[in-house]
Amino acid sequence: MARSLRPDLAAIAEMIPEGARVLDVGCGDGQLLEHLKTTRQVDGHGLELSQQNVNACVARGLAVIQGDADADLHEYPSQVFDVVILSQTIQATRNPRAVLDHLLRIGRRTAVSLPNFGHWRVRLSLALNGRMPRTRALDYPWYDTPNIHLCTIADFTALAAEAGADIERALALRADGRTHPMRSDAWGPNSFAEGAIFLLKPRQPL
Amino acid sequence: MAEPATPRFLRPLAAPGAELGHAITFDAPLGLDAGRSIAPWTCAYMTYGSLNAARSNAVLVCHALTGDQFVIGRHPVTGKPGWWTSMVGPGKPIDTERFFVICANVVGGCMGSSGPAETDPRTGQPYGLDFPLVTVRDMVRAQAALLDALGIEKLLCVTGGSMGGMQVLQWAASYPDRVVSAMPIATAARHSAQNIAFHEVGRQAIMADPDWRGGRYAAEGTQPSKGLAVARMAAHITYLSEAALQRKFGRELQDRAEISFRFAPDFQVESYLHYQGSSFVDRFDANSYLYITRAMDYFDLAADYGGTLAEAFRGARTRFCIVSFTSDWLFPTPENKRIAHALNAAAATVSFVEIESDRGHDAFLLDEPELFAAARGFLNSVAQSVGA
Repeated sequence: MARSLRPDLAAIAEMIPEGARVLDVGCGDGQLLEHLKTTRQVDGHGLELSQQNVNACVARGLAVIQGDADADLHEYPSQVFDVVILSQTIQATRNPRAVLDHLLRIGRRTAVSLPNFGHWRVRLSLALNGRMPRTRALDYPWYDTPNIHLCTIADFTALAAEAGADIERALALRADGRTHPMRSDAWGPNSFAEGAIFLLKPRQPL
Repeated sequence: MAEPATPRFLRPLAAPGAELGHAITFDAPLGLDAGRSIAPWTCAYMTYGSLNAARSNAVLVCHALTGDQFVIGRHPVTGKPGWWTSMVGPGKPIDTERFFVICANVVGGCMGSSGPAETDPRTGQPYGLDFPLVTVRDMVRAQAALLDALGIEKLLCVTGGSMGGMQVLQWAASYPDRVVSAMPIATAARHSAQNIAFHEVGRQAIMADPDWRGGRYAAEGTQPSKGLAVARMAAHITYLSEAALQRKFGRELQDRAEISFRFAPDFQVESYLHYQGSSFVDRFDANSYLYITRAMDYFDLAADYGGTLAEAFRGARTRFCIVSFTSDWLFPTPENKRIAHALNAAAATVSFVEIESDRGHDAFLLDEPELFAAARGFLNSVAQSVGA
């Protein structure tokens, strides 16, 4: 594959066991699914909002359905996927809690990557300019953005706890694209990581 | 079972030089859902490309209500190109240089397969309404018998649009082990009330034609051409979209500068429909139209599985690619999506593509590059996965 994988996707890929049955919610043009299919022989499935992206996925031979994470996840039966992936998508959902609940129900593991709105540059930007911050990863004005539910790493770990998920692994994503393990309740990453990747497991199997 | 022969056509051949395809007559009865059977019965079919040594590259194309086995090439009865030349052929998404493409005229049809216009072997007369009612499942059962006769155990892909898509779904449900992949296009797992209503209008138009003669027009030497033409005109509107009609015809007048204050066709859209109606009766049998529309009306795949569509696909290892078109109001996206969701619930491998088009239901027959890209990608990956 010619394109190099986005750093958070590469980190998620590392978490996926060989031959796993995977659902990528918000799979975009299928970059991660294709990578997982070729390198890890996964049985990959995708759900994607943009029809253009879906068509691109199908043309690449991926099993992807046009649909909306907010509306369609209830159609999926419980515990049929080994891993469900939600990469850089949770902040664009209307009801992140409901989406997370569904993911924890559908998959035995849930991998989530998200941008960290607690990064010091975001905080500083708001403090100094008094305007809603625009970052490299989230470069939209407040009134015209798909990212309607931005959160910090601490916010997300709190949500995961509330949703009854154990955090099996937590990685901080640095500005240079490198990842390193973090304690999910640590103060440092919440201020200094560009984003984070979590591998969650429902506390009580359904 | 007899060897393949040349099919017998009820209509005069407009293109006698065109390839006529094959027909196999089976002596073993074909049991039908209506509780009756037909014997002997005939299946007329065309093939394109060649079967590989492993017999792993067969693609079954299922035709729609008024289609037939002449997918590409010159049609012997109309002299026109086949109905899916955009999708099938050398270098096309369903590449006949790579795949062995089979298409059979459905049972109940009028292009060489057993149907109401064919001769009833018991009486020597055309069956007419003595032909048993057929279902989509009967059509598929007949195709399965054909494939057995051709020595083809597995299909790399079954595909088709509209009623062809219904057959695809039925294939996947009835013969999951024979179907490696399925690509139903612009279809539904059940015929909607609205669609049944439209069909009933068409049937009533045929049966109201005095020349229909209670279905015995062949024996009595008449043709319910007016009724069949009206049925076709009404149906044709449902294949298009409001936007497509508006764009193509608007309120433009036909061969005149002003409205005539008479009932002769003033508008272009009227003469277009008249043409659609009158050209249809030259190639289609009125009773076949009754039978096949009925088969579609009766189609409700979930009903055969306790009302749960997902049950029809339980344990399916078939890979699915479902396609719908935004402006198709006859088989709208939600109907197609319902199939995708049922497949998801059955944990099947499924893709679902909705294609932006303002050309209505007919879009599946037309030049739609996104459809071709999806079909090509899907077939490629399926073929790769089985080494075909």
